[in-house]
Amino acid sequence: MPSPADVFLWGALPYAAVALLVTGLIWRWRYDRFGWTTRSSELYESRLLRFGSPIFHVGLLFVLAGHLIGLFIPQGWTDAIGFDENDYHTMALWVGITAGVLTFFGIMLLIWRRRTTGPVFLATTVNDKIMYVFLVGALGLGLSTTLINASGPGYNYRTDIAPWVRSLFVFQPEVSLMANTPVEYRIHAVSGLLLFAILPFTRLVHSFTAPVPYLFRPYIVYRARDPHVIGTTAPRRGWERSDI
Amino acid sequence: MRVMSQIAMVMNLDKCIGCHTCSVTCKQTWTSRPGVEYVWFNNVETRPGQGYPRRYEDQERWRGGWRLTRRGRLVPRSGGRLRRLASIFANPLLPNIRDYYEPWTYDYQSVAEAPLGDDFPVAAPRSLLSGKPMSTIAWSANWDDSLGGMPQHGEDDVILNRIQEKIKLEFEQTFMFYLPRICEHCLNPSCVASCPSGALYKRVEDGIVLVDQDRCRGWRMCVTGCPYKKMYFNHRTGKAEKCTFCFPRIEVGLPTVCSETCVGRLRNIGVLLYDADRVPQAAATPREQDLYPAQLGVFLDPHDPQVGVEAERAGIPHEWMEAARRSPVYDLITRYGVALPLHPEYRTLPMVWYVPPLSPVVEAITAAGHDGEDHENLFGAIEKLRIPVSYLAGLFTAGDPAPVELALRRLAAMRAHRRRLNLGDAADPAIAESVGFTVEQLDDMYRLLALSKYEDRYVIPTAGAGDVRALEESALTGCSLNYEGGPGMGGGTASGPFGEASGRPAPLSVETFHILRDRSTADTSADTSGLRGRVNLLNWDGRGLPEGMFPPGAGNGSTGSRDGETAGGAGPDAGAGEITGRPPQEGETTRRPFQKGPNP
Repeated sequence: MPSPADVFLWGALPYAAVALLVTGLIWRWRYDRFGWTTRSSELYESRLLRFGSPIFHVGLLFVLAGHLIGLFIPQGWTDAIGFDENDYHTMALWVGITAGVLTFFGIMLLIWRRRTTGPVFLATTVNDKIMYVFLVGALGLGLSTTLINASGPGYNYRTDIAPWVRSLFVFQPEVSLMANTPVEYRIHAVSGLLLFAILPFTRLVHSFTAPVPYLFRPYIVYRARDPHVIGTTAPRRGWERSDI
Repeated sequence: MRVMSQIAMVMNLDKCIGCHTCSVTCKQTWTSRPGVEYVWFNNVETRPGQGYPRRYEDQERWRGGWRLTRRGRLVPRSGGRLRRLASIFANPLLPNIRDYYEPWTYDYQSVAEAPLGDDFPVAAPRSLLSGKPMSTIAWSANWDDSLGGMPQHGEDDVILNRIQEKIKLEFEQTFMFYLPRICEHCLNPSCVASCPSGALYKRVEDGIVLVDQDRCRGWRMCVTGCPYKKMYFNHRTGKAEKCTFCFPRIEVGLPTVCSETCVGRLRNIGVLLYDADRVPQAAATPREQDLYPAQLGVFLDPHDPQVGVEAERAGIPHEWMEAARRSPVYDLITRYGVALPLHPEYRTLPMVWYVPPLSPVVEAITAAGHDGEDHENLFGAIEKLRIPVSYLAGLFTAGDPAPVELALRRLAAMRAHRRRLNLGDAADPAIAESVGFTVEQLDDMYRLLALSKYEDRYVIPTAGAGDVRALEESALTGCSLNYEGGPGMGGGTASGPFGEASGRPAPLSVETFHILRDRSTADTSADTSGLRGRVNLLNWDGRGLPEGMFPPGAGNGSTGSRDGETAGGAGPDAGAGEITGRPPQEGETTRRPFQKGPNP
């Protein structure tokens, strides 16, 4: 019988976080598309950014891919192709530590740059600072979780944490699976969920509009004025432009 | 044939006196806001000179525009789609703010409040980016104006670098002109091609290239893509901005602000019809020198009945066809052949063209003691003064001197012909014939280039006369406050829930209106409460001390949360505190400057 705290953390919090993520994204898309930007500071300073930003972003993409593989590919599948847990653990450890250290180093370089470069620091909002706490928190906790379990056989999260994550998607959260996992995993999971929850309200939203469609569109974009609206002011009812 | 219409501009460089009125009025209209302090949608460069941003024409460095692959395909010079996306996290081809210039203001308060003393108070420059005092103001948008600093910077002119060394010195002694630049609103815009979000687009109706501010995500690729560096990054909103060809004015048939306020009447605006199907082919012309004739081949003759039929099929309104037939731009480009495109070698098919300046040639002849108005002298000089022609060719024809020479000869013929008439001599048809014109054609060209009547040089059809009322930020009618969020939403100081760049953008006219009204009516310094602790010193009138200008601790009692955080910082804050001056201590009298009193 899981405790109420466990039920809240592993049965309710994930849904609350995702609900905030989704509604937040919809809300921001509707009301703040103008604010939906990277707010790049490359114009002010590019020497440190040139290293920090790609290291952080590419590292983060690897971290993301690692999470997806670890959480959504059941152990049974890797076992079936003869890739046993020991090999998997070794591989995940090396790739994970590399990606994690790169990401962490990248974000630290970027934060240092942000603090020490006058114009960049002046352009930093309170929102950004709060966001950095959550982002660095989730990253740091994740990296330390990996490092804590680096020695020895390591903890096999694919027997409990991964099934728990998958159970969330079928709306049958198996709370008890999480109750007995090592504490560092649980803290990291909560920090990750909190990061999801605040994502749409920070500048991190730019990740949801990664410009993948660019690869598939013609170079030159033509657009006509809306034939019914000239300018951006919608006409009053009854005053719409006619087709004639 | 797919007929499309384009609003285009031709500038007559002979008449530009470099007064920068166009730049200033443009800035007041469009870029007098925080975040775009360094941005000049319209700037006037002195040639020879580096331009703005510095050495923007050096495409070996900045990689703007298009290039032809070995297989004859057009790709952006900075790389195709994958290459662009690969450099999205950090773009080494993005100019730094120092390639433009670091915007600054002056610490006027220290002058206003300086105590009477032996020292003359000085307003020290302050960076608008960091708020720090600037030790040196090293550059600005027209730092090398009128060849200022030429001994040092002359070597940095990109086009001069291509001209031989020995010609260079001679050149500097004889030759200078001004080059006003706006966005080219190209037929094949490479900024649009490099926008990953698809926020940049070319408008079908009038060919104006615009940024959809709601779709722009601040990837900054357009700045790299544009070879003219006329895409700018607003560092406060994190969005791209560019010259809009003053579309709210164009839509109601008014010329752009830069044209309207041009004291030299050197700008002509009109409609050009072109065949959109021929654009890719023209842009992919193998030889760079052939790009100018190739672009001429894209334009359509509005008097051709066949073109009229096709235009009607393409849905081009009758009013636009009429405007195209009276277009001064079409006449200068096609009928007289005196206008040339700026840097056709970038393969973007630019649509702001230039009549090359003859005056440097005239002046060279006059300085040598000859008659600078005589067409024989002028024709001879155009051929002989190789340097001006090759420089102009470097600007306008990818190095081919023939079109430049022809344009200059025609201008010279017009000059000689009109002088004869002014002196009471009979017209000499031989002058006109020597450049392939009739006397009537020379007179027509004179009327357009020299007299430049308002209704002749601006022939602009309206977007929808019936809907003028509804036009966004219309210059004529309509309430520009009638947008979501209601009227008077604080203009430039409004801020959304996610920091200063978020929330619905206020129309520009509203923002500018509020800023100007605040500045002109406030008893105290401009209200900056919405700026989240950042002070826009551009709007500061020198009266009072805006909240957040200096960190607390210097005795001004400001307690913004941001300031509290900044206070821990190093150098800048300490420096700032010193300049403000401490508040008067007890028993000490503050003296206003210019106040009479005993000498200290």
